[in-house]
Order: sequence, then C-alpha cells, then structure tokens
Amino acid sequence: MIHFVLLVSRQGKVRLTKWYSPYTQKERSKVIRELSGVILNRGPKLCNFVEWRGYKVVYKRYASLYFCMCIDAEDNELEVLEIIHHYVEILDRYFGSVCELDLIFNFHKAYYILDELLIAGELQESSKKTVARIISAQDQMVEAAKEEAGSISNIIAQATK
Amino acid sequence: MEQLKTIGRELAMGSQGGFGQSKEFLDLVKSIGEARSKAEEDRIVLSEIDTLKRKLLEPDIPKRKMKEYIIRLVYIEMLGHDASFGYIHAVKMTHDDSLLLKRTGYLAVTLFLNEDHDLIILIVNTIQKDLRSDNYLVVCAALNAICRLINEETIPAVLPQVVELLNHGKEAVRKKAIMALHRFHRKSPSSVSHLISNFRKRLCDNDPGVMGATLCPLFDLVSEDVSSYKDLVSSFVSILKQVTERKLPKSYDYHQMPAPFIQIKLLKILALLGSGDKSASEIMYMVLGDLFRKCDSSTNIGNAILYECIRCISCIIPSPKLLEAAADAISKFLKSDSHNLKYMGIDGLGRLIKISPDIAEQHQLAVIDCLEDPDDTLKRKTFELLYKMTKSSNVEVIVDRMIDYMISINDNHYKTEIASRCVELAEQFAPSNQWFIQIMNKVFEHAGDLVNVKVAHNLMRLIAEGFGEEDDDADSKLRLSAVESYLQIISEPKLPSLFLQVISWVLGEYGTADGKYSASYITGKLCDVADAYSSDETVKGYAVSALMKIYAFEIASGRKVDVLPECQSLIEELLASHSTDLQQRAYELQALLSLDARAVESILPLDASCEDIEVDKDLSFLNGYIQQAIESGAQPYISERERSGMLETTDYHSQDHHEVPSHALRFEAYERPKPASVPTQASTELVPVPEPSYYREAHQPISTSSVSERESSDIKLRLDGVKQKWGRPSYQSSTSASSTPPQAANGTSSHPDVGVGSSSLKPRSSYESKKPEIDPEKQRLAASLFGGSSSSRSDRKSSSGGHKPAKGTANKPPKENPIPVQPPPDLLDFGEPTATSVTATDPFKELEGLMDSSSQDGGSTDVMGLYSDAAPVTTTTSVDSLLSELSDSSKGNPGIYQSQTSKGLNSKEALEKDALVRQMGVNPTSQNPTLFKDLLG
Repeated sequence: MIHFVLLVSRQGKVRLTKWYSPYTQKERSKVIRELSGVILNRGPKLCNFVEWRGYKVVYKRYASLYFCMCIDAEDNELEVLEIIHHYVEILDRYFGSVCELDLIFNFHKAYYILDELLIAGELQESSKKTVARIISAQDQMVEAAKEEAGSISNIIAQATK
Repeated sequence: MEQLKTIGRELAMGSQGGFGQSKEFLDLVKSIGEARSKAEEDRIVLSEIDTLKRKLLEPDIPKRKMKEYIIRLVYIEMLGHDASFGYIHAVKMTHDDSLLLKRTGYLAVTLFLNEDHDLIILIVNTIQKDLRSDNYLVVCAALNAICRLINEETIPAVLPQVVELLNHGKEAVRKKAIMALHRFHRKSPSSVSHLISNFRKRLCDNDPGVMGATLCPLFDLVSEDVSSYKDLVSSFVSILKQVTERKLPKSYDYHQMPAPFIQIKLLKILALLGSGDKSASEIMYMVLGDLFRKCDSSTNIGNAILYECIRCISCIIPSPKLLEAAADAISKFLKSDSHNLKYMGIDGLGRLIKISPDIAEQHQLAVIDCLEDPDDTLKRKTFELLYKMTKSSNVEVIVDRMIDYMISINDNHYKTEIASRCVELAEQFAPSNQWFIQIMNKVFEHAGDLVNVKVAHNLMRLIAEGFGEEDDDADSKLRLSAVESYLQIISEPKLPSLFLQVISWVLGEYGTADGKYSASYITGKLCDVADAYSSDETVKGYAVSALMKIYAFEIASGRKVDVLPECQSLIEELLASHSTDLQQRAYELQALLSLDARAVESILPLDASCEDIEVDKDLSFLNGYIQQAIESGAQPYISERERSGMLETTDYHSQDHHEVPSHALRFEAYERPKPASVPTQASTELVPVPEPSYYREAHQPISTSSVSERESSDIKLRLDGVKQKWGRPSYQSSTSASSTPPQAANGTSSHPDVGVGSSSLKPRSSYESKKPEIDPEKQRLAASLFGGSSSSRSDRKSSSGGHKPAKGTANKPPKENPIPVQPPPDLLDFGEPTATSVTATDPFKELEGLMDSSSQDGGSTDVMGLYSDAAPVTTTTSVDSLLSELSDSSKGNPGIYQSQTSKGLNSKEALEKDALVRQMGVNPTSQNPTLFKDLLG
C-alpha cells in the first residue's frame, strides 16, 4: 500500500502532498522535513529507494521536481517507480509537456488526476486512456457548469436591470 | 531555455487569468515561490491565513470566490500550516449542487479531514445523496470521498448504496465502488464479510480496469485466508496468461508491456496461493516460464515483472527449471550497472537462497561489492541478505561487519533493527562464550538505549545459568570473564542505562564470587556508577541491590564488612530519596547490614538467581486476618466474576445486545412515531411480552435507562462491601507480610524474567547438544547435509515462533524439510573450479567466511566430487536417519513440556529456546539419543 505521495522541488519546497494513512499535521511536517533531507542529498547514480522507519520511500527526479511515494517494506519498488512514471506521463499528456510551474499553479488539477490513479493507497487504474477520459469528462462538466452559471447570472443581471 | 519556457508559461497564464484564478492567488503562489527562506515563506503564509480568516467571515461570499478561498486553504495546508479555521467552509461546499463546486469541496475535505474528524458527520448525508445521483461524475466524486473519510462507525450508512453501485453502468463507478469496499474491508473486515462473493463476481467484469481494481481486495482476502481461494488458482493463471498474450485492450499497454500492473498484482496473489501447495504451484509453472521468456529486461517495468516472478517462485514450490530461470534473472540484476537492479538482485538472492542455498556462491564478489558500496540503501539490503545466510561458520565475520556499520550510522530506527539482528545472530550461532559476551558488550555500548529490555534480561540469564556446560568450572570462568570485561568498561563515560543495569546486576551477583576482586573494590565501582548516573533511578536501584548482595555474601561467608564512606553516604542519601523504590532498597540494605550471618544467608543465598520463587497466589497467610475481620462484622468478599454474574441475572438479559447500537449514531431517517397505545404497554416493563423482538425495538430507550439505573445502584452497593474488606487496614498488613518473599530471593524482584530461572537442567542439556557443532569437521558435514545457511534458517524461523511449530517440524520431516534433498547439486558445485579459483585470488580474503563453506573445505569437496553419483544417495539417507532420530526424540518432548509448564512462564521460555537449539544444533552424533533419554529419566 502507498502511504503517501510527496512532490518536493529541488529546493525542498512542497508541491503536492497526499496522505493515504493518517498523519497529524505535525507528523506531516516532520516527515517532509526528514525525507527531503534524505532524498535531496542523494547522489544521482544511487538507488531510487530509501529505507525509512521500516517503510520504503521510492523517489524519482524529473527536472527540478522529486516525486516520492512511501510504501510498505514488502512492496515491489520497481513497480512503484513505474507508478510514479505513469502518473508523470498522465500529467504530461494532460498539461502538454508538463513543467513544475503547471503543478505549482494547478496543484488542484494534479490532485484530481492523482485521485483517478490512486485510491486509498492502491493503484486503481493502469490505463492512461481511461484516466484521461474521465478527467476530460470532468473538465467538460465543469466548463458546461460554468457556461450555464454564466448564462443564468446574465439572465439575472438583465432581469434585475 | 527552461527560463524562457517558464516566462512563456507565466505570460500564458496571465492572459488566461491563470485558469480562472484571481490575481491575488497567483501573487500568493508566486511570492511563496520566490521566498528565499523558510522563515520568509512562513511569514507570507501567516499573513495569508489572516487575510483568509477575515474574508471567510464576510457575509454572502459569491460561490466562485469561495471556491478560490478553499483552494487557497488547501495550498496553505499543503505547505504545512493549519487551515482548520476553514474546514467547515469546505464541508459546506460539498453540499453545493453544481459539480464544479462540489468537486472542489470534496477535494478539500479529503485533503483536510481524517476519518475520525468531527466534521465527517456533516458530510455523510451529502455523500448518501450524491451516491444516488444520476450524474456518474458526482457518484465518482462521492466514492472518492468515501475512500478517504468513512470510518468504522459510518460504514453502515453508505454500505448498501456502495454495494448497489457495483452493478452501475459506468465502469468508472464500478471500479471505485470496488475500491471503496476494499477500504471498508481494511477498516473493519466484519462489516463487509457477507459481501465477499461480490469481489469474485467482479473479477469477471467486462472492463479490465474493474477487474484490475478487484485484484486489490482479493489480494488482501487471499492473504488472510488462503485455503478458501484455492479454487481461483486456475482463473488467476488464465487471466495472467491472457494478459501476457495481449488479449487486453491496447490502452493498458505500458512501455510495450501488456498491462504490467495487473500482471504484478496477479503474481502477488499467485505467490500466496502457491506457497506450500504443490498442485497449485504446478498450474503456474507454464505461465511463469512464459513470463521469464517474454519479459523485456531492458525496460524498468519488464524488470519489475521479472522481480515479481522471482518473488513468486521463492514462495511457491518451484520446478528446477523455474529456479534456474529465476537464478538467471538474479544474476542479470546483479551484473547490471543500475543500482536499482542490484538492489532488487540482492533482495531476490535473499529470497531464493532459502530454496537453493548454493546460488549465492557464484555472486560472492557482486555481494561484497554491494556491501562496500557507498549507497546506504544497497548496503542495508546486503546486510539483510547476510543476515539471512548467517550460520555458525560465518557468524563472526558477519556480526563484526554489522556492528561496525551499526556504530557508523545515526539513524536510530535502523540502528535498533541492526542491533537486534546482531543480538539474534549472536544468541543463535555464538562460537564461544567469550565472543558472545564481547559482542553483547559492543551492542550495548553503542546501541544500549535502543535494544529491547528483554535482550538485557536474556544476557543476565545466560550469565547466570551458564552456557549449559556440565562442569561448573566453565560457568564460573564465563562469569569471571564477564565481570572482568565489565570492570573495564564501567569507567567509560556515558554508558547506556540498560547496559549499566546489566553490569550492576552481574557485578552484584558474581563480582566477588571468584575471590579475585575484593568486596571493597567492587562496591567502590558500584558507588561510582550510582554517583555518575544519579539521575537514572533504575540504574541506581540496580546498583543498590548489587551492593546489598555483595555485603550479604560477605556477611554470610563470615568476613567482617566495612562499608566504604562513599557507600555510606550513598545509602544515607537514598534513605531520603523521593523514589519509594530507592528508599525501600536503601532501608533494606541498612537492615541487612545489622543481621547475623545465618539470617543473611537465608535472605540472599549465594548464586540463587536461578532458583524458583514460590508465590502464594491465594494469599493464604492473610486468612487469619480475614477471619478476624469477618468476625468483627465485615462483609465477605465477592469476587468480580461473581459480582458481574449476579448483575447479569438481575438485569433484563436481552437488553444487553441492544444497548450498544443505541449509543452509535443512526444515519437512516427517523421512524414514524408509533401509535400512542404502545408506550402504556411499555410501562408494564417486567410483564413478559408476547412478541419480544418488537417490544425491544420500539421501547429500547425507556427500558435501558431503567436497567442502567438499577445497574449503577447495584454496583455502588457491592463496592461498599469491597471497600470495607480491602480498605486501609488490610493493605498495611498485606504489605508487611507479602513484601518479603519476592524480595528475598535476590533483590531482582522487579525483573521476574531474570530471577525465576527454570531448573538449570533444561538449558544445560540443550546447550550440550549444541556443543559438538563447534567441531569444524562435523560442522562442514552438517552444512553440506543441511544445504548451508538457509536450511538452518528456515528451521530456526519455524522454531522461534513458539514451541508448537518446532514440534511440528520434527514430527513431519519429509514435508518440512524438502531442503535436505536439494544438496546433490550443492555438493557437486563444491568441486567447481571457478569457485576455488575465485577464492584463491580473492582480494577480500577476510570475507571468505561470509560465503558458503565452499572456500574452506578443500579435501572433503574433492572426495564428494569423485563420488558425484553416489553422494546424493548417501546424503539423503543420512538425512533421513537424522530426521527420524529427531522425531523420535521429540516424541518424548510433550512429556517434558507438560511437566515443566507448571513452573511458570520462564520454564516455557527455556523450553522454547531448548527446542530451538535442538532444531538448529542437533547433529548426527550418537550422543543425542542418550541425552534425551537422560532428560526423560
């Protein structure tokens, strides 16, 4: 099971956190501090895994951003590494050659996508296409809702004039 | 270039209004992005929190604006600040009708709230409503929230709806419903136990996504109860086969691999189903073989599948061919340049070594490389492997390495782990007592505060009971060496508390036993300890008890005792200590000093830590006092069981079952009020009602309250009686009477583990059986017989679980020990020129002990090599006879077991240890049978 997902920039700034196991706010900050200390200081050719408090943290660096996932000791590290990559590929497709800035300003969208990929710490969907389809369906709904809201408010605005 | 791109993005965002966010928000994100320090970032966030607090209080916030505030709250929370002041607004937003807002609301609450947060109650109703929505996206959003927010208490509120959704038209909904049920199963298995058949049904879903999701709960279910899913083996295998044959839609391909994540999940399940099951394993052979052939080892995902295959093979009962394929894959991993793959290779090696022990040999150098690697992760994994392949021949090298590494790291979590491993290995395989004590000293010195207290107690017991040699001489030598080493260490600064406790105890028991050190010398040292660690009361307690013992031994042996001045001042200080424990010890010491030799000897006899202490559980010595109290009018004592029994009979029994749910929250709508005639019926409460079920449901609140009232008054009454009996006067007398017997034995009363040793007969004989193992010739023979480290390991594992599994292994030799049959290839491999040539030019000569014994036995391997055909036969037969001996001897075991259990916990522990030692240490010598006969009388 994945216990949490963490996106940290090279400078140690948090870009996204998702907790699948209960952690208090205090513990969360501690975890982030501890892990970014360990992971950001690791050399480039070392393993992409770190053993940490009886768990394992799998991380991968994309440009200036580190994607980290914390898993149980018995999980398959290579698989998790690919889950990270899977997520990045979906982000890439969604944003169109994703960069850190996309995630900074649209972190809520990154959350929505993550929610379609992982649920309760397990991989729920392994097809990129399916994830993309449901995300775009949601976006369309949102657009439609926006337009509708716009037209209604227009009507109201006109009526009250 | 990147810079340019960044600017471009920013421009684009500016023109679009940044995906509909206000400038304010963009500014916030930007300023945080530009913050140079954490302090600056915190300042910005704090001012943002202030702004938001203010803005959220404004009346009539437009919804669009509200949505943005919520997203800003999420941002604050993500940066590690508390946004709880706005949680309620997020909750409100989930109630909104528009999906846009609802989705934001759900996202925010899933990020903000834990499942036990108070606000969850306010969301449950919305979730219920949304699950019924016609829009499948709304349903999906609600299911997402369920997976995060629903706790045990609220599961029943949504369960029926979630189950209904399993048959929803949209696959996205079915999938999420499955995941939600999986979540419920994890939270509270009982709540969904009746729905398990649904998981099986969904396995056949048309949509591969739903099928893939179903594998998650099935994995959990299978790992809990393998036997009831055996029928699915062939289904899983056929699914896996279809996946590998690319029968799934192309969209599930990932880097040219067909649905790799589903393959991995399936392999995990198959590993569980095939473990220890020959027929189930055989069904899998085909598909596993295919996988090895088809997997593309140039991609990461291909390697992930290969690794999962290796794991699967290490769990099931494999065919030789598959083992070979797995070994090939591992050697590919180890030879790779990628650290990741090396890591997986080491891990795989550790798994496979259990089945075919000789596999590690060809990778000697690779393993040593990994051990020397600067990458800590890889190093630790390698230590794990070494730990798995430790045996008595290489224990010294491995433990030394581990301790060196343990000293070099700061990570407390891992330090604890590696320390406990060192202790375990040392206890299991120690070649000599001296070495064992040395290792323990090192572990305690460097990680003393991290090791389990039990380890300290075990060490003390080992020193007290000796290593089981027949002659007391060896025991006293061991003790002397322990005392000597402790006297050396004791003056070092800042020793861990636990270690000092051990030192004090050992010095107290055996410091003067040999006459080598004078009492004043030892007591002086002990006083120094108490002085130097004056803030640690436990250590002080141990030191005082040790002092007491030493003085007692002196008095008992008729020597004149002169208490050192520093000792005197210590006692005086402790007499006025705030700690009652220390005070009592000090008073006892003072009292003891004035007693005569005979009395002292009966209080603290020499070397009596292994004697049993009789505890009078019935407190029969109080009988007289009780009699007296009752005669003078006290109430007789009623035991708790009787009391509750009485309660049960007095109250209206069936109410019990209904009281519990009435406290829980109800999420269904209120029932329609009953007609007025019903309550009148209820008032006649004790009259038997014709339809009890109806009665209970309708009037539960009324009747429960009356019952509980009665209950409480009952309890009060009884408690009064109890107080009279167990009040102050009785307490005083009981302490004065009872405090002495447990204290008497040796002052270790606070640590029953140590003192209440079992009869020394048991451990002694068990160690006796271990002793012949030290003979190198036999050791080698045993190693080749048992197929090296792994077999002894597996035996050890099973025995350490407790007494019963150990018995099981002994009674069913053929099933539990498929390993001994393996040795033929092992023996043949010894003769291989490559192995010897490697060791001849081995630059890491110091490490040669690490690997299997191949490097050590020059002569014997040649002989074995010559009889390559005959060897397997002879080995297997000898193994059989050995095992039959084992089972013979253990048949008598239950007898011992039963006779010993009555002696209490400790003898059980000793027995466990005994079984364990016998498991790993019994050799085909003629001594053993007689040994057991001795035992059995």
